[in-house]
Amino acid sequence: MPVLFKKSWSDRLVDGGIYAILAFFGLLTLFPLYYVVIVSFTPYTEVLRNGGFLLVPRTFTLDAFKVIFTSGVVPRALGVTLSVTLLGTALNLLVTTLLAYSLSKKFLPGRNVVLMGIVFTMLFSGGLIPTFLTVKMTGLMNTIWALIIPGLVSTFNMLIMKTYFEGLPQEVEEAAKVDGCGDVATLAKIVLPLSMPIMATLGLFYGVTHWNAYFPGIMYLNDRSLYPLQVVLRNMIITPSVSQELAVPQTQLSALPPESIKMATVVVAIVPVLVVYPFLQKYFIKGMLIGAVKG
Amino acid sequence: MGDIAAVAPAEQGKRRRIRRENGRRAFWRYRWLYLFMVPGILYYLIYHYVPMLGLVVAFQDYNLLKGIAGSPWVGLDNFRTVFSSPDFPVLMKNTLLLSVYRIVFNMLPDLVLALMLNEIRVRWFKKTVQTLTYGPHFLSWIIVYGLVYAFFAPGSGLVTTFMRDMGWTPVDVMTNSSVFRPMLILTEIWKSTGYGAIIYLAALANINQELYEAAAIDGAGRWRQMWNVTLPGIRDVFILMLILRLGHILDAGFEQVYIFLNVRVYDVGDILDTWIFRRGIEQMQFSVPAAVGVFKSLIGLVLVLGANKIAKKLGGSGIW
Repeated sequence: MPVLFKKSWSDRLVDGGIYAILAFFGLLTLFPLYYVVIVSFTPYTEVLRNGGFLLVPRTFTLDAFKVIFTSGVVPRALGVTLSVTLLGTALNLLVTTLLAYSLSKKFLPGRNVVLMGIVFTMLFSGGLIPTFLTVKMTGLMNTIWALIIPGLVSTFNMLIMKTYFEGLPQEVEEAAKVDGCGDVATLAKIVLPLSMPIMATLGLFYGVTHWNAYFPGIMYLNDRSLYPLQVVLRNMIITPSVSQELAVPQTQLSALPPESIKMATVVVAIVPVLVVYPFLQKYFIKGMLIGAVKG
Repeated sequence: MGDIAAVAPAEQGKRRRIRRENGRRAFWRYRWLYLFMVPGILYYLIYHYVPMLGLVVAFQDYNLLKGIAGSPWVGLDNFRTVFSSPDFPVLMKNTLLLSVYRIVFNMLPDLVLALMLNEIRVRWFKKTVQTLTYGPHFLSWIIVYGLVYAFFAPGSGLVTTFMRDMGWTPVDVMTNSSVFRPMLILTEIWKSTGYGAIIYLAALANINQELYEAAAIDGAGRWRQMWNVTLPGIRDVFILMLILRLGHILDAGFEQVYIFLNVRVYDVGDILDTWIFRRGIEQMQFSVPAAVGVFKSLIGLVLVLGANKIAKKLGGSGIW
């Protein structure tokens, strides 16, 4: 809102209040993340000495991280999640792009039927049980494909991409056609280079979804060696025995309290998201708004 | 084309043939575009439409070994079982209460945060607050669960040890029925308010600035401008978000609830989806949970269509 009223004494007070509330909310958001990072890097004895609360730790240790990275369980889960994130995101983008490109061609006969069929799935779904039975029926149970295929296309992301393609200048594509480019070459050589921002946005959306995925893991996998990171993380948090969960003997944990190890695992799951967050932030608002224009 | 009926049958046949010919030619001309759609269409058919057909297990006594073809049909028996079960009223109550709480206590903070950010003139401050508050949207509920654990775990959490040191009795928010629902709502506020504000900020940015100037000339102060210009400017977006939430009223945020749920808070935290998940996925009974699923999907569909119709009648644009 532009400042189009004379700021009175009470207006200034309101302004001050707004700044204070926003600053408080910002710090409130940051604090829990800061706290777990601090706890995971500080010897637990020092944490306890400060009544569990310390803003600036004086000593530093990697013991908790050494334990979880030598355990076998966490590195394996990281490996699963990393592969699913990379492979899954690549497939997500491939199928989403192909579908969205065709659906962005308004002249294509049959386009509306397909589009309506897809949008309908946002309004009505078979729900948990039939989806589970379908995944079982298609033979994905207990494979990492169960973490990828059932969420291959996000309708929301697909519609964002379709809207983006519709906004590209059609003349460029037509010129390419005149020069003898087929649809495949047009898409690969003309459209894709123009679509890097939207690819980055949706790639990050899909990637974060894979990284954070928990339910496919507990629904479709029995084999513990395939468990993704989030499943291992939840088991770690709720377990009364960290050594059993990590499958390492209690003696190897020496004096490390379970809390340090649990917090270190949380940090391992947070860090990659924090690393891509600046990129995410650059793109996602634009992406959200493209989608919101059309809904 | 009003004269179609008047043309001779032979002529009609010819036109039909031409149309078919054109169709075939169009299909051939656009063959690559159709081919591009194949993987996506297959995905939607197999993982969205087959499960819709799979809802028939709600009308069967489904047996995993016999499959849909071999399982006996039982009509509406599963629905009778559900609706006469003593669990059902509790599940409905928990689901609806939680959803209504979410609509009130999560939609309003989104809006309020957007309105407050909109008042900020200092750019770096606005940007910093936005960067901080959007962040948690991208963290998983498991991580949020870990954070709640770090603060409230009995014996080791930051808040619990603080309370103990102060000589108070610590509350275990994870297993205490009286604070379980507020805990869900507060963690959701922490996680998604920043992100939820984005859509309103976009709507605020689209308000015609001349409206504010005109209001100012008419002598409207801050609050009058907000009431007469700002709020009407974002009304449509608010209604849109409300419709979308109504469609999910029986979901009540399954992902979060399931992750935080434990036996000691079933009385307040067990919702339709967590019950379906336990019965279906964990205990491998499919038919009765599927019946609850049918009920949920139908109500969701009716609510979205109904809310959309009402929004349009009231002069808004609705979803479509």
